[in-house]
Amino acid sequence: MAKVRVVHYINQFYAGIGGEEAAGHVAELREGALGPGAAFTVAFGEEAEITHTIICGDSYFNENVDVAKEAVLNFISQTKPDLFIAGPAFNAGRYGVACGTICEAVAEKFGIPVITGMYAENPGADMFKEKIYIVSTKNSAAGMRDAVPKMVKLALKMVKEDRIGASIEEGYIPNSRRVNFFDQERGSKRAVNMLLAKMAEKPFTTEFPMPDFDRVAPNIPIKDISSATIALVTSGGIVPKGNPDRIESSSASKYGEYDITNVMDLTEATYETAHGGYDPVYANQDSDRVLPVDVLREFEKDKKIGKLHHKFYTTTGNGTSVKKSQEFALEFSHKLINDGVQAVILTST
Amino acid sequence: MVKEIERAGIPVVHICTVTPISMTVGANRIVPAVAIPYPLGNPNLTLEQEKQIRKKILDTALEALSTEVDGQTIFEVKW
Amino acid sequence: MTWLVPVQITPRFRKTCNLVLTFTPVQNLPPHDYEAALRMAGLKAAAYLGELARDVSPNEVKTFETLPIMEGAKKYPDLPRVGYVQMLQSQGLLHDTYVYGVDMKKSITTLINPTEIFDGAIISGNCVSACDKNTTYHHQNNPVILDLFEEHGKTLNFVGMIITNENVFLADKERSSDWTAKLAEYLSLDGVIISQEGFGNPDTDLIMNCKKVEQKGIKTVIITDEYAGRDGTSQSLADVDASADAVVTGGNANEVITLPKLDKIIGSLDCVDKMAGGFENNVLSDGSIVVELQAIIGATNELGFNRLSAR
Repeated sequence: MAKVRVVHYINQFYAGIGGEEAAGHVAELREGALGPGAAFTVAFGEEAEITHTIICGDSYFNENVDVAKEAVLNFISQTKPDLFIAGPAFNAGRYGVACGTICEAVAEKFGIPVITGMYAENPGADMFKEKIYIVSTKNSAAGMRDAVPKMVKLALKMVKEDRIGASIEEGYIPNSRRVNFFDQERGSKRAVNMLLAKMAEKPFTTEFPMPDFDRVAPNIPIKDISSATIALVTSGGIVPKGNPDRIESSSASKYGEYDITNVMDLTEATYETAHGGYDPVYANQDSDRVLPVDVLREFEKDKKIGKLHHKFYTTTGNGTSVKKSQEFALEFSHKLINDGVQAVILTST
Repeated sequence: MVKEIERAGIPVVHICTVTPISMTVGANRIVPAVAIPYPLGNPNLTLEQEKQIRKKILDTALEALSTEVDGQTIFEVKW
Repeated sequence: MTWLVPVQITPRFRKTCNLVLTFTPVQNLPPHDYEAALRMAGLKAAAYLGELARDVSPNEVKTFETLPIMEGAKKYPDLPRVGYVQMLQSQGLLHDTYVYGVDMKKSITTLINPTEIFDGAIISGNCVSACDKNTTYHHQNNPVILDLFEEHGKTLNFVGMIITNENVFLADKERSSDWTAKLAEYLSLDGVIISQEGFGNPDTDLIMNCKKVEQKGIKTVIITDEYAGRDGTSQSLADVDASADAVVTGGNANEVITLPKLDKIIGSLDCVDKMAGGFENNVLSDGSIVVELQAIIGATNELGFNRLSAR
């Protein structure tokens, strides 16, 4: 089994070149391991070896990002590693940002596993934790002994394409990707312990931090609704009877686009719901209860609206991820715009 | 989906029962519906009565689409 | 490839002796009647089997104590007063729960003795989506109640229990959560554990319960599960609030797993592609079945029954 080839990126300080006065050190490539590379070499054992080390001054990198990046990427082209590691940067901000930037760039260009290590408060952490794995370290070089084995273990897993577990198991800085794992205790015990800590005002860590939500500004209203073309969209899973496109009852992987030209009313014989998350009986009896085609057709006749668009879009909202629904909506919104639709009524169950 | 439709530039009104979720996910024009399994209906009533319910909710939805809003707004149906 | 071996998902049921009943419905049986028939048949079978154990001596006897309010306060004056709020699914076909036979959707939030749950006061009538629905077995072995009793008299005073529902009307959600907070305050609680059942619109009930109880100055920990998409990057809950700062999770229900082909199947595979967590053509040519964790009953149980979690 050939040893995994590793290239290691470090800054001027860890290379032994100098401190702040050497922060402008231009990117250079050296053979073998240097500085903390020695600790990595020991931890890698027989499995991997650092063939080359790239040294770059923190100021040089941050002030000449494009040039520095290009230089490093060229070094990678030349040395052809299987794995790229950077740092660890602990709490050094410029170093952390450099490690994050270069890891992301290497991963994007070469598709090889990349890994770095930082203290959770390093500015580079928030900037890059969603894009690459960053092992969580202590806030100074005193944490090297703790950081190196964690980085090595995770790096080798990535090289072998093993499943990467939850942040708490693998030691990387938590990001927004949720990963299942088995905790030591059952959930109820964890809840009791968490409550005891919270009531005693002792520190505790929530297993799921509440997210922020982005907002979209409202579009300007329709000036003359009586001449507008309105489209119906639903997350209630209304589909033609028989669910011809097999939209799933939960976790929908697709949405449906159905033509309702000349359909004046949805009946038990012609439409049903695919959504498994609510009592379907009422929607199956009369799908207008979820997708109100009958009354909108009356509105058309009475000239309350210009036109009911001849297509409707549907999916099941039950457990379907936000990301997937965003993708669906992005796609069919384009179609709606191309078809001259001016407003949408979206119904949910 | 509501936010993506809005982001694409199409004014959209969300008819749904659990308006707090609509607020949380960021819909701007919201009309409260009847119940989760039958947002625009009520199986305990006659078809004619149900259609009246649908009309009222949809009238409110059209009103919402025609009204300027500067943030998230719930348009209550006038029963 | 799957890291999650099926027997790890619901380890308790691999140890229990499971009697499985299969049924063939008559033609055109309306769904509500079908469900009721299955539920009653299950209960009759359970009562018949239970009767056989009436005179058996137990291997172990445990004693649980729930004292009347004043007595409890006198006995444990220095321990934090803790309550358990159990949310029960009450949304219709295959989503119902019964308390002493009463359909929970028709009930107002109320008090109950924790030990009544062990005795079977709460019967499950729901299984969709399977992963976070409590079977009657889960109710009778409610781990929150067991773990609170474990600490009762030592680190906390387990004062009592509140049960509430998850109805399909917004007004009901407001009313039920108002009552939950009111009763928690009435019992002079310092903290509560709130367990959810299900997901989606009940996330609103969960957050309302949490917010309103916190507003009374009572600390909460909520137990839920997540629907973060198959790759785990989607938003886990449909409703959120900053006051829900202490969360225990039963895991991401959207994780995809493979169930290996088995030699014997009791029942049918007919609905495995249509049930929540399944999808078209998920039974592979080698007989294995690909599903989300969602499809496995008890997989992400929100009573905290399992060790599965997520970060």
